[in-house]
Amino acid sequence: MKQNIDNNNEKFTGAEIFVKCLEAEGIELVFGYPGGAVLHIYDELHKQNEVSHILVRHEQGAVHAAEGFAKSSNKPGVVLVTSGPGATNSITGIADAYMDSVPIVVFTGQVRTALIGNDAFQEVDTVGITRPCVKHNFMITNVKDMASTIKKAFYVATSGRPGPVVVDIPKDITEDKCEFNYPKSVSMRSYNPHIEINSDSIIEAAEKILSCEKPVIYAGGGVINSNASEELTNFAKYLNFPVTNTLMGLGCFPGDDPQFIQMLGMHGSYEANMAMHDCDLLIAVGARFDDRITGRLDKFSPDATVIHIDVDPSSISKNIRAHIPIHGDVKDAINKLSQEIIGKKLRPKNIDNWWNQINEWRKKDSFKYNQEGDIIKPQFVVDSLYNVTNGDAFITSDVGQHQMWAAQLYKFNKPKRWINSGGLGTMGFGLPSAMGTQFANPDSLVCCVTGEASIQMCIQELSTCLQYGLPIKIINLNNRYMGMVRQWQEFFYEKRYAMSYMDALPDFVKLAESFGHVGYKVEKSSDVEPALREAINQKNRLVFLDFITDQNENVFPMIATGAAHNKMILS
Amino acid sequence: MRHIISVLLENESGALSRVAGLFSARSFNIESLSVATSEDLTASRMTIVTSGDDAVIEQIVKQLDKLVDVIEVSEITSNEHIEREIVFVRINNSEIDKKIMDKLESYEFLKIHNSKSNDLIIECVDSPENINQFVSTIKKIAVKIVRSGAVGINSN
Repeated sequence: MKQNIDNNNEKFTGAEIFVKCLEAEGIELVFGYPGGAVLHIYDELHKQNEVSHILVRHEQGAVHAAEGFAKSSNKPGVVLVTSGPGATNSITGIADAYMDSVPIVVFTGQVRTALIGNDAFQEVDTVGITRPCVKHNFMITNVKDMASTIKKAFYVATSGRPGPVVVDIPKDITEDKCEFNYPKSVSMRSYNPHIEINSDSIIEAAEKILSCEKPVIYAGGGVINSNASEELTNFAKYLNFPVTNTLMGLGCFPGDDPQFIQMLGMHGSYEANMAMHDCDLLIAVGARFDDRITGRLDKFSPDATVIHIDVDPSSISKNIRAHIPIHGDVKDAINKLSQEIIGKKLRPKNIDNWWNQINEWRKKDSFKYNQEGDIIKPQFVVDSLYNVTNGDAFITSDVGQHQMWAAQLYKFNKPKRWINSGGLGTMGFGLPSAMGTQFANPDSLVCCVTGEASIQMCIQELSTCLQYGLPIKIINLNNRYMGMVRQWQEFFYEKRYAMSYMDALPDFVKLAESFGHVGYKVEKSSDVEPALREAINQKNRLVFLDFITDQNENVFPMIATGAAHNKMILS
Repeated sequence: MRHIISVLLENESGALSRVAGLFSARSFNIESLSVATSEDLTASRMTIVTSGDDAVIEQIVKQLDKLVDVIEVSEITSNEHIEREIVFVRINNSEIDKKIMDKLESYEFLKIHNSKSNDLIIECVDSPENINQFVSTIKKIAVKIVRSGAVGINSN
């Protein structure tokens, strides 16, 4: 890390110190939107070239962009917004980052300290409002605390189980002056993310791994956050165990590997969910047994011994009791397990019978669809995107049916390629997170798989994309319905489609053009692949592809809320 | 099952609301909560009386420990411990008869304060069970009851 310590008693304003802290922290990019309370900071940003500022069109977009940036790189995302509405507009993004453990630091302006609590113009209790959806938050009440607080904010956001940290800065603090001294390290007695893994639990887990007959490795986003994909893959390959991924874990194990039994959960594959139900050993790695994964808790993996590896102890035995809890960093835990098993050249039992069973389940081909005739099946678009991009693009998505099809059909072979909103399920995430992803990976292809409902929730960011020349490809699966809402209404509300129909849709081609981009409408299945190729060939332009898709298509398989894993609706 | 959880946390503004917010956000029970300074000037000690089965208490402890401001969490009821609570009861003097006086005298740490009006204020420091008993004895004639919630310490 670059250190920037001025020790010559020179005094700087809080705003100057703020910018110096970002520089010292190695931050190159800030997503934000100016306003009264942060004008001193913006003035300082304007005077220098080390830290670039990306102007979004809505603060929610800034946070999602920072999330996309962080999720597709190994760096924290940084956001700067003003007080009051600037802060409240960023809340959805902050809550999203909290649910998906994304390391971001959000700086919010605040009214002057003398005005706090007086219902001042653009005042809101940001620390109070954000408290339930941050890993931690701070308010700086003295300029002397600016540098140490910013250092702590980045440390807390990026260590342990990552998450969003909010730093609220009253305007007068950015005027006050003091010396600048950026701390080299942080030590907080109340926060220690470095955990020594209990070796007894490693030995116990290794014994179970070597003696089981029907194992499943259930790997989640924690593997990606821990940068442990390679370790997990090697470990699973050595054992020849089946691997399933959560929505957040996709890419942490190669999606085209024969040991991969696809995503599990509500819209997971038949083989993954059946294997979860019937297994005798469940190895949960960096996953948190969320309700979309487990379905009915008392019918979940009834015969399994559960090994649960997680950096957050409160995730262990929260929903499903772990027989062998392993509290610690995922990478560290897998390395220790590997030493215990691979290091000692021990071999697990033969599990051919289990693989035979899984391969039987696989024959259901539960993600299959039928592309016949001219009407475009949404799955066909994702499939074609996979083929045209050789499976090597960064894919962001919004929330709904298109998200599930992208997760099911785009086979992610690398971590940090699949950027989506899993925990909070935030429609509007796709486009701004694609911007952050493109900034973090300027030479890579970034595609946003979205739907006509989701894309409208942060559509204003098309303007940001033009300003910074972001050549994102928007894959709009336009079925003129809020597809997932419609699907639930079809199944569970006797086809009463309350408010799920999108009447008065814009002409997306003209809309894209009005923002200065290229737009194409694609209505025939035979045009899908050519359109995708054409879009990708336009290397320097944002291309909005509006695919008019089959309105009646549903996401299968599906486990209804509260049903067991072996009770899947297949079609 | 009733549990007492003792939390040592940084004496930062908002620390109390982090704990209180955690309990309401995750639907954990709070029977009582008391917070004051500790042996360390920069840290406060909070005593929370809560209830729940073992899994819930495990979650409460883990979630508290996860709060960045929290230095130390311990569940003190599973080991030998002492707990005390204080209660003030205001009663109308004219309501006190011999029977009640006899009962009151059986309480160990009882003090009677005279007030300017015709009321008596009774102070009782005792274990929560005894306080409960005391309160039920005197409830009928009480004008006001003010309880502190329990604090506790492990005795082993």
